[in-house]
Amino acid sequence: MTTGALPVNFDFVPALPEIALLVGACVVLLVDLVLPETRRSWSYWLTQLVVVSTAWLSLYVFHEAPAHTFGNTFIADTLADVLKFLSCVTVALTLAYSRSYLAARGLFRGETFALMMFALLGMMVMISANHFLLLYLGLELMSLSLYAMIALQRDSGQAVEAAMKYFVLGALASGLLLYGMSMIYGATGTLDVARVATTVFAGGVNKTMLAFGLVFVVSAIAFKLGAVPYHMWLPDVYEGAPTAMTLFVGSAPKLAAFGFMTRLLVGSLAAMAFDWQGMLLILSLLSMIAGNVIAISQTNIKRMLAYSTIANMGYMLMGFLAANINGYSAAMFYTITYVMTTLVSFGMVLLLSRAGFEADQLDDFKGLNQRSPWYAFLMLLTMFSLAGIPPTVGFYAKFAVIEAAVDVGLVWLAVVAVMASLIGAFYYLRIVKLMYFDDPVDDAPLEARSDTRVLLSINGLALLLLGIFPQWLLGMCVVALTRSY
Amino acid sequence: MNIEPAVFYVFAAVLVFAALRVISSSNPVHSALWLVLSFFSAAGIWLLLQAEFLAIALVLVYVGAVMVLFLFVVMMLDVNFAKMREQFKSYIPVGATVGILILIEMALVLVGGYFAPPTGAVPAAAAAGYSNTRALGLLLYTDYAYPFEIAAVILLVAIIAAIALTHRAPRTSKRQDPGRQVRVRRSDRLRVLDMPAEKNEH
Repeated sequence: MTTGALPVNFDFVPALPEIALLVGACVVLLVDLVLPETRRSWSYWLTQLVVVSTAWLSLYVFHEAPAHTFGNTFIADTLADVLKFLSCVTVALTLAYSRSYLAARGLFRGETFALMMFALLGMMVMISANHFLLLYLGLELMSLSLYAMIALQRDSGQAVEAAMKYFVLGALASGLLLYGMSMIYGATGTLDVARVATTVFAGGVNKTMLAFGLVFVVSAIAFKLGAVPYHMWLPDVYEGAPTAMTLFVGSAPKLAAFGFMTRLLVGSLAAMAFDWQGMLLILSLLSMIAGNVIAISQTNIKRMLAYSTIANMGYMLMGFLAANINGYSAAMFYTITYVMTTLVSFGMVLLLSRAGFEADQLDDFKGLNQRSPWYAFLMLLTMFSLAGIPPTVGFYAKFAVIEAAVDVGLVWLAVVAVMASLIGAFYYLRIVKLMYFDDPVDDAPLEARSDTRVLLSINGLALLLLGIFPQWLLGMCVVALTRSY
Repeated sequence: MNIEPAVFYVFAAVLVFAALRVISSSNPVHSALWLVLSFFSAAGIWLLLQAEFLAIALVLVYVGAVMVLFLFVVMMLDVNFAKMREQFKSYIPVGATVGILILIEMALVLVGGYFAPPTGAVPAAAAAGYSNTRALGLLLYTDYAYPFEIAAVILLVAIIAAIALTHRAPRTSKRQDPGRQVRVRRSDRLRVLDMPAEKNEH
């Protein structure tokens, strides 16, 4: 190897969003240091500016054909651009919804914003990873930021306990992932996502060793998604974390997890599809049933939504395990719409909370219609969407994944999915009943910043609009995945 | 006579034994010291693989810095180890069952003879004077520059998290600010309370 010219390509343009975000995060960190306590909102707006610019940059560098840089460790394709854009928008919305909540709990600090941006950077690294090392580093960057964000409310025993559980189990999952990756490396001799794929396709690879590694990798993915039986951390973390952090953990990282799963299972191990299909099948089946059944007995809405997350990840996996473009697109559509729905549902919990009061019980939603018909209507849309009732977008999302499963002959799985969905409808509709037919127990006026109100309304109405016109989003998912794989 | 395999097996045996003692030792200070031994053995194996730089870095960084820090923390923290040990014992049946089950499952796959490592040629030994450090450096700043940067960002996040979670702004500075002293108004210092006069019962 010569020391003169660089032996690898260093094109910085495809990585512009990441670079901008990293620089922006450091700037916010430094600016926040010199700002007086009364000017804290400046760091907030600066953070929003950075996140929104990153979203814009992800579209600005839009790639129709995959581009590689940094010695093939970085890939930028349509899928990456779309997922990055959506992650940025999700984080921007999360920030907007949680502003008052954070301010009321002493969490409206520069560190919160910086950690959120670093978590976002971790997600983007995962989405654009073309190397197993990057997948792992992105995952760690995101997870470490999330652990710290949850523990930031350090005077709350519940939050610290949640962070601790998340940290210990997350470390275990990372260990599984690394072990699996080392097995895949042992079988193929490379960690490059695309080269693993070509090596496996070429044959002559120790398939047993590969499958052995695959088990650990899929376990780690299941843990990150919160699929049964790797779901135990999820309800505790969702319930214990401050609601703003729950919203963060429950929204954008799901998009990154989808990107992670696609890069790993489709990008590098598509030839092993037969093996991982079976594993995902079990995860999907158990998640749909366990998530929906256990959610019924919850009285805490954060915990209930946590079990709903588990069930929803089961549906998403059902689309994914079809292992064809239609299945992947259905899973992507499901993930995107699920993240949008989560934003509204947790946004509403944040909106009902105020200083010294957490609206985390189902009873706190009683009589919401009398207190504010508009918010009750938005929450109704959200619950209908989660339950999969037309014309909301949740119906089309479920329809798409079920169709994908039926297309590959898994009719029985589709039947189970529909049954589980019927069970799930019970607890979603119970909230609608509480809002419209019960008397309020809490008469405090609902105060929200006007920007939060407008964004939440647009977000809620989008669930309805996308339900009526799902084609363009579904079409975008198909195009993104077809161009990439 | 080739002595390398013998050295490898000695190091490997010591490594496995030390690693077992790390988790089974009842005294955390002993655990930390066993961990030092296991690091040394791992460094020895790396030396056999001609990865001198990594071996030296492992000893210097982990044994020299991280483990010393670790021992400090173990000794400074006031943790009730007797209580922890009791809890540990109560988890042993469940943990051991799961562990042994996983071990058997993995052994079924591994021992079946399917698991022979790829039969590629053994890499030739490096020539004398070959610099391991130089090769690593070249790779680290070219092919792996991007992962290297991201790892740096992870360390930055660790610093931010550690400070944000443990730092409670101390108010120790008694610095005077003349500007604020001059600007002070009567209303900042003096509060006139409007209290109703108490009735004299006598």
